[in-house]
Amino acid sequence: MRVLSTRRLRALRKALLGVVGLAGFLVVWQLIPTLGLINSQYLPYVTDVAARLFEESLDLAFWRRLGSTMTSWAIGLAVATFAAVVLGTIVGLVPFLRRATHTMVEFLRPIPSVALIPLAVLMFGIQMQAALVIIIYASFWQVFVQVIYGVADVDAVARDTARSFGLTRREQLTHLVLPTALPYLMTGLRLAAAVALILAITAEMVIGNPGLGRMIELSRSAGDSVGLYAFVVVTGLLGLAVNLVFRFVERRTLSWHQSVRGEEAR
Amino acid sequence: MTTHPERIAVTRRKPGVGSRIAASFGYALGLPMLLLVIWGLVATRSTSRFFPDPLTIFEAFVDTWVGPAFVEDVLPSLYRLGLGITASIVIGIAAGTVIGLLQWLRELLEPLLEFFRAIPPPVLIPVVMLLLGITDTMKVVVIVSGAIWPILLNTIEGVRATDSVMKETADSFQITWWERLWFLVLPAASPRIMAGVRQGLSVALILMVISEMFASSAGLGYRIAYFQRNYLIAEMWSGILLLGLVGVFLAVVFGLVERRVLRWYHGIREVNRV
Amino acid sequence: MSDRSTLLRVEHLRKVYESQTGDVEAIGDISFTMNAGELVCIVGPSGCGKTTLLKCLAGLLRPTSGLVEMDGAPVTGPSPAMAVVFQEYGRSLYPWLTVRGNVELPLRHKKLSRAERDKLVTDALTAVGLDHAARSHPWQLSGGMQQRVAIARAVAYQPEVLIMDEPFAAVDAQTRADLEDLVRELHSSRNISILFVTHDIDESVYLGERVLVLSKSPTWVQEDLAIDLPPERDQITTRALPRFTQLRTHVYDQIQRAKRGQAVAPQAAR
Repeated sequence: MRVLSTRRLRALRKALLGVVGLAGFLVVWQLIPTLGLINSQYLPYVTDVAARLFEESLDLAFWRRLGSTMTSWAIGLAVATFAAVVLGTIVGLVPFLRRATHTMVEFLRPIPSVALIPLAVLMFGIQMQAALVIIIYASFWQVFVQVIYGVADVDAVARDTARSFGLTRREQLTHLVLPTALPYLMTGLRLAAAVALILAITAEMVIGNPGLGRMIELSRSAGDSVGLYAFVVVTGLLGLAVNLVFRFVERRTLSWHQSVRGEEAR
Repeated sequence: MTTHPERIAVTRRKPGVGSRIAASFGYALGLPMLLLVIWGLVATRSTSRFFPDPLTIFEAFVDTWVGPAFVEDVLPSLYRLGLGITASIVIGIAAGTVIGLLQWLRELLEPLLEFFRAIPPPVLIPVVMLLLGITDTMKVVVIVSGAIWPILLNTIEGVRATDSVMKETADSFQITWWERLWFLVLPAASPRIMAGVRQGLSVALILMVISEMFASSAGLGYRIAYFQRNYLIAEMWSGILLLGLVGVFLAVVFGLVERRVLRWYHGIREVNRV
Repeated sequence: MSDRSTLLRVEHLRKVYESQTGDVEAIGDISFTMNAGELVCIVGPSGCGKTTLLKCLAGLLRPTSGLVEMDGAPVTGPSPAMAVVFQEYGRSLYPWLTVRGNVELPLRHKKLSRAERDKLVTDALTAVGLDHAARSHPWQLSGGMQQRVAIARAVAYQPEVLIMDEPFAAVDAQTRADLEDLVRELHSSRNISILFVTHDIDESVYLGERVLVLSKSPTWVQEDLAIDLPPERDQITTRALPRFTQLRTHVYDQIQRAKRGQAVAPQAAR
């Protein structure tokens, strides 16, 4: 019993240290403009930023902007995932296609999706579609590559077992290939969700379609530093929420598979 | 293994037969060539101004980037990119090692680092602009402020997860602190660190482009945005192509370095698979 | 075998672990001594805390109470007088170093010239028959060869005692016989003192000059048995000796009693 409590103490210590770290950061932030190390015009007081956050959270317009950011995020992620799963499974299963597409993938994947912003603007103007082009392009590769890995990772012994028991192609796909690829897909999805959020907000900043990113850009050009910091904090919280949710989903689907998979898909 | 206990496993090398080389050449270039041809055909027939044919883009590429523009726009961008990446790697690994080795520091900083990692890096551009003004330093700092997080967090995780038997081995032979760092902790964490660097590279490139689109009167990102605003479509495409080449270049260099640094890691995987 | 002075002394060693279900007394009360140049095997039923004992001896774990003395000085941490060969060779060798690099690593902080260091490494690799594999990486080798690298690393370190923790538990039977002979060979030709922990009764009798039979947890030394087999041992003839069979049966019975918990702790240990 005593030991159980030392365990709990350790968890408590960890939580406590985390809170101390967070509090320490906020105090330092508050002290820097207070002591005049940086002019509060450039680094506003943390209290002002917090007040602004509270103010915004009461404003319906704020939630509408958040909503449009998340809408383009969700649509982009869904389209990219669907396309990547379908194409990834086909390419992953056919060795000829895998070899033939290899160079193409290796060339297209590293192209920074932001390079496509000018093209997207030309084609769609400052609408959500322009942002979607960039979001989909960036998050597609994350899922696509993982799905190809996953489909190719089917254990040779398991495949032979399936063949020796005379499983049909269709049965092999549903009972062997998809379960093997699922953890990879989840990893790809987690990475894609983060990337999609980054590009949703980036697109709003650069292109100017409505959303949180646009608010950041507007605050900057208006010299509203309190607003700027407040919106940056919001995007951070949003990113944190996306990470936590997708990490949780990934862990749930992976729990049975972790030992088999090793470190491949970090 | 039981039948050949004295055998030394050798990592396989592909036999260099001519026909095989030709085949892999065909596989490597077949699809890109095919797509280029299709693009060319479609572009000459369609009326869309936004998709000029590949030859026009190629001509624009040569006209735009070969010459003084390379020195004025491309080199400074690449210089800042290189500086930012180097700083991110050095600071990320150094800080990550310290944080990974000290449990109390790790627990103190963990929630904070999680938050900073979650901030979409481009939103830091206005913040850094506000703090540092529109300077070259600002652009490098922007790159570091975004690219450092995956490297830092992966290093922390890799250092923390050093194998217990490996640590006991180091203990029992009384390896010194430096030897331990250099021969155990960093190599053991290197697969994780390299994974972090890979993520950091793509973030760095994104930030280089965006920071120049935002606040610059020169550089690759600025040029591309300028071409777009002035409807210089082929030139804009040539910029996209150049950025793609930079991305591929980074990926290739990273691949070479990674293969060298993680030779043992890939070797183990290959031996296990056989 | 010339010098029979006391090398290692263990007195009333006790180790208690804290765990979820309360304190677990892994080691009750262990006392024994080991002389220089001896090859002592420690054998016991599974889960009797062999590895715990070994880590306490090597200074990797702090005992709850009791004393470990090496050359008359108490052991409080890892000491240059001891080298450990771990069971998990795959995790004890560093995969990013070559075989040679692994053997050389512990020598780096010893004040040796480059030439001396090279000589020690080459010598140790030759002793285990791996001089041809010096530039390979551990993962390119079979399990038995990897464990030889670990032994070479320990030998090159020039410890006063070699501590081996079930080193051959994870290799196949034929390799295991070869490695046993390697240990005998290192012991007799180089006069290295070896403390060999195993769960294999045959192995303990075949290798040891003395066998310490441990009780089940909380552990104490149930018997200290001298192995009066001839020093020249051979996998076929030695194992065929009637005396070998007798000793083996004796140890086997002791272990069975230990498992059932029938043996009564000697007076001294209480």
